[in-house]
Amino acid sequence: MPKITYNTHDNKTHTIEVQNGLTVMEGAVQNDIPGIDADCGGGMACATCHVYVDEDWVQKLPQKDDGEEDMLDMAFEPKKNSRLSCQIIVSDELDGLIVNIPSKQS
Amino acid sequence: MNKTDALIIGAGPTGLFTAHQLKLIGLDCEIVDNLDKIGGQCIELYPDKPIYDIPAVPECTGEELTNNLINQIKPFNIKTHLGERVDEVKKDGENWFVKTNLGKTFLTPNVIIAGGVGSFEPRKFPPKECEKFENKSIFYSVKDKTIFSGKRVSIFGGGDSALDWAVELSKSSKVNLIHRRDDFRGAKATVDKVHELAKAGKINLYTKYQLTNVIGEDKLESIEIKHDSKEIKKIETDFALGFFGLIMQLGPIADWGLNIDKKTVAVDTEKFETNQKGIYAVGDICSYPGKLKLILSGFHEGALAARACFKLARPNEKYRFEFTTSSKTIKDRLGVKSD
Repeated sequence: MPKITYNTHDNKTHTIEVQNGLTVMEGAVQNDIPGIDADCGGGMACATCHVYVDEDWVQKLPQKDDGEEDMLDMAFEPKKNSRLSCQIIVSDELDGLIVNIPSKQS
Repeated sequence: MNKTDALIIGAGPTGLFTAHQLKLIGLDCEIVDNLDKIGGQCIELYPDKPIYDIPAVPECTGEELTNNLINQIKPFNIKTHLGERVDEVKKDGENWFVKTNLGKTFLTPNVIIAGGVGSFEPRKFPPKECEKFENKSIFYSVKDKTIFSGKRVSIFGGGDSALDWAVELSKSSKVNLIHRRDDFRGAKATVDKVHELAKAGKINLYTKYQLTNVIGEDKLESIEIKHDSKEIKKIETDFALGFFGLIMQLGPIADWGLNIDKKTVAVDTEKFETNQKGIYAVGDICSYPGKLKLILSGFHEGALAARACFKLARPNEKYRFEFTTSSKTIKDRLGVKSD
């Protein structure tokens, strides 16, 4: 199973095996990693699963939809490497992905 | 003081259908919602997005679903209190005393929380210092536009609210419009208008900038915005307006003595009652083993909670199960003709 690393804002690192097909958001929520709220449940409707993708991985991820970029307008302190973790689907290619969780989601 | 058999907090699909179920079995109810319109997340987050998993409705949008539910409860003339947030719920003898942020009070044996993920509140600017200017120099909605007349106003955001206000206020104020990227997601006509006004020098447009700092004593004097390239610009301004949409916050529900875990309220699956007798939670906000955050689950939960309300609202009567297809009493309540 691909390993995903979540760095939380309190400088803790959580590396977790996440099943292919789940989203990076689901991987976090199912494993009780703090800092991902996912209020809308993965519907790209709330921007509370916002993460900063590690610079080395930004280009390796599938492109954002327009809708994701629109939602990121509402995220807390969005940056260039911001993504909604509910829109990143885990696959073997993403083994080793590192995401950083912002200090807050709203 | 409003007296009612059941008070529903939240006018989303679950709250609306719960109201339907209460009225159907002969109880009265009122609904309070913090939003200024009926529909909850369906209306606020995805009015145009199609939903495919409402039983017997192959496809409908959030707005259509809401309108259908409003139609379904129309015969009952249910009182709704919009734009009000329930702040206080406390025990008063056999009843619950409920108070909203506008001071409206209710006395009821049953409180049904159908609050989704909490109440919708505006998303705010990240810098903490913004708080001290809130509702003085910094706003997240416009209630009285005349206060901006002749002033310097910096508007943040890329959606319709930000663009509409930029266009409107540019008539009588000096407007800066600041957005984190070049693309705006507002209606095309408004986006075109903004670009036109920018070209004519009526709006100062700053894209790829975000707010990093606010400066001033009692009122705002200037702001600092940072470009993607890290360059920082200082802009003198009298007001800053942020339009970043709404966020759901659990809010005061956290203070009512309920069992809360991860923003959800624990309930049983017979009555959908919380650890407090006469307070129920239904829809996305409740949790129990196997809970699914689906609208259809909310409908089921509301139907059962409504039956539980009957016991407390009519302690001396026996609830009798009836079908809408055959019950004359129910048809009378619905105002339809019996066969």
